[in-house]
Amino acid sequence: MRVLARGSLGRYVAVRLAATLLLLLALSFIVFGLLHLTPGDPARNLLGPKNPSPEALEAIRAKYNLDEPFLRQYFLWLGNVLHGDFGTSIRSDIPVTDLLSERIWLTFQLAGLSFVLTVLVGVPLGIAAAWRAGSTLDRAVSVTSIVGVGAPSYAVGLLLLYVFGVWLDIFPVYGSGDGGLDTWWHLVLPAITLAFGIGALVFKLTRTAVLGELQQDYVAFAYSRGLARRQVRGLVLRNALIPVATSLGLVFGFLFGGTILVEVTFALAGIGSLLASSVTFKDIPVVQAITLLTALVIALTALGVDLLYYAVDPRVRKRGLQ
Amino acid sequence: MKRIQWTPIVAGIPLAIVGVFVLFSGIIAPDATKQDILTGVTPPGTPGHPFGTDQLGRDILQLAIAGARSAVVGPIVIALGSMLIGLVLGTLAGYIGGGLDIALSKYADLLLALPTTLIALVVAGLVDGGYWVTVLVLTVLFSPTDIRMVRGAVIAQASRPYIESAKVLRLSRRRIMFRHIVPNVLPIALTTMLLNIAFALVAMSALSFLGFGVGPGTPDWGRQLSDGRDLLGQNWGAVVVPGVLIIVTAAAINLMGDWLQERFDARAVAR
Repeated sequence: MRVLARGSLGRYVAVRLAATLLLLLALSFIVFGLLHLTPGDPARNLLGPKNPSPEALEAIRAKYNLDEPFLRQYFLWLGNVLHGDFGTSIRSDIPVTDLLSERIWLTFQLAGLSFVLTVLVGVPLGIAAAWRAGSTLDRAVSVTSIVGVGAPSYAVGLLLLYVFGVWLDIFPVYGSGDGGLDTWWHLVLPAITLAFGIGALVFKLTRTAVLGELQQDYVAFAYSRGLARRQVRGLVLRNALIPVATSLGLVFGFLFGGTILVEVTFALAGIGSLLASSVTFKDIPVVQAITLLTALVIALTALGVDLLYYAVDPRVRKRGLQ
Repeated sequence: MKRIQWTPIVAGIPLAIVGVFVLFSGIIAPDATKQDILTGVTPPGTPGHPFGTDQLGRDILQLAIAGARSAVVGPIVIALGSMLIGLVLGTLAGYIGGGLDIALSKYADLLLALPTTLIALVVAGLVDGGYWVTVLVLTVLFSPTDIRMVRGAVIAQASRPYIESAKVLRLSRRRIMFRHIVPNVLPIALTTMLLNIAFALVAMSALSFLGFGVGPGTPDWGRQLSDGRDLLGQNWGAVVVPGVLIIVTAAAINLMGDWLQERFDARAVAR
């Protein structure tokens, strides 16, 4: 087939998709294995702290296939997944797909809002700091970014929550709101929290990219030819923003994975907080589904980023993707 | 006149203070876990409790001082352990290459393709084996970046003239790798390790914030934060004290790491 010729884009995408599938398969097996290696019994968790009758335990185990041998359980689960059935949550007895579709929108909203914040703040500040490297602005933002890169989101979130939620009483303290605009309003503080750390990374990256570009020979040449500052900046930005733009895709995947802590901190009903509580409960089907979904979103954004690279950078197009 | 290096001073002071907390918490904060349920929550400024008390009447400040140990020791062990794995496996992969290199690269790729926080949460949460099991899980999750970093540095060293002459002298491969290459990789390995401590600190206290890794009642910054979350309206100290401690410690380690990295880079350029 022509599409799958060596070095072609089609082949590249096919290989990457196959690798992603393998990764998801390996991941699902690891999670399944861990759940079975560990102490703690979901059937007991479900029936509560009182001593349950053996019959009740048996019934629950049979219902969720917990009485089958390990490998058989895994393949039963895998077969169902391939049919689009992720099983039923052991804790709430609701189909996992329903549970996720109820909550995933909020997680996407949160990741999306902080993505916009990251781009709107991190990139312009990075460019400005690189233009005036060594200035007060540059130093102030650079120091803030060191704090930002290292600061854990839950600590930053709780401090923001105290200052803006309790002390100044501007933003709501907990929960996801009543939908629509109210939900967006509830998402402002969590999004700022999530964007703080990653925005700092994007700032650093942009600053380094622009600085590196400014030291290139063509910049000195452009100035010596008498081009205006504004024109030279245009040239520099076009080149410097390629790595920035492609890394932004990875940022989205990162944000999506980072929502767990922020959702727990702000008591938001997204899939991150659902994952945290499902892990405690050993609610196998839910943990599996969310882990795979998150890994899938991240793998697909990474693939999208590489394709974007291919689209915007002629050098990559010429060399071909490996 | 030589310029004063401010970075190590600014970063060193908080690190020294945290170090004192870790080593001498028994002396500075003897009553960290003393409960007084009758007192319950009190606001900052209560006599005897500068930052107030929590639900169980424990002194916030003493609890935070005692919590330094659990918050810091694990991450140091994680960074050390994963760098040890990185140095051994990365050197073997970089210098010997071949099938081992491919296998190790695939392993690193697999772990790097996964979101670390998520995997750490799922693995540590499900295993739920307490503090040291969590440390072990995080060590494994941290190792691929170290393996990669060391591998790259070893490959860069292997083509240098001194290695060529070592080969001419017919030194054994093991001797070349661990007596000649590794010492030259160590500076960059140490900087990476320092930065890893900051990452591990954040990851570890994230897990304890979610309720994994540290048993209830154990003083720990992450756990104290999650307990303090419910007290936002009654005692701001319960959130601010451990929150600021985690942020400042992580930032100080990062500052120190960045500073060291620049110094090593500058030295490499000067050579």
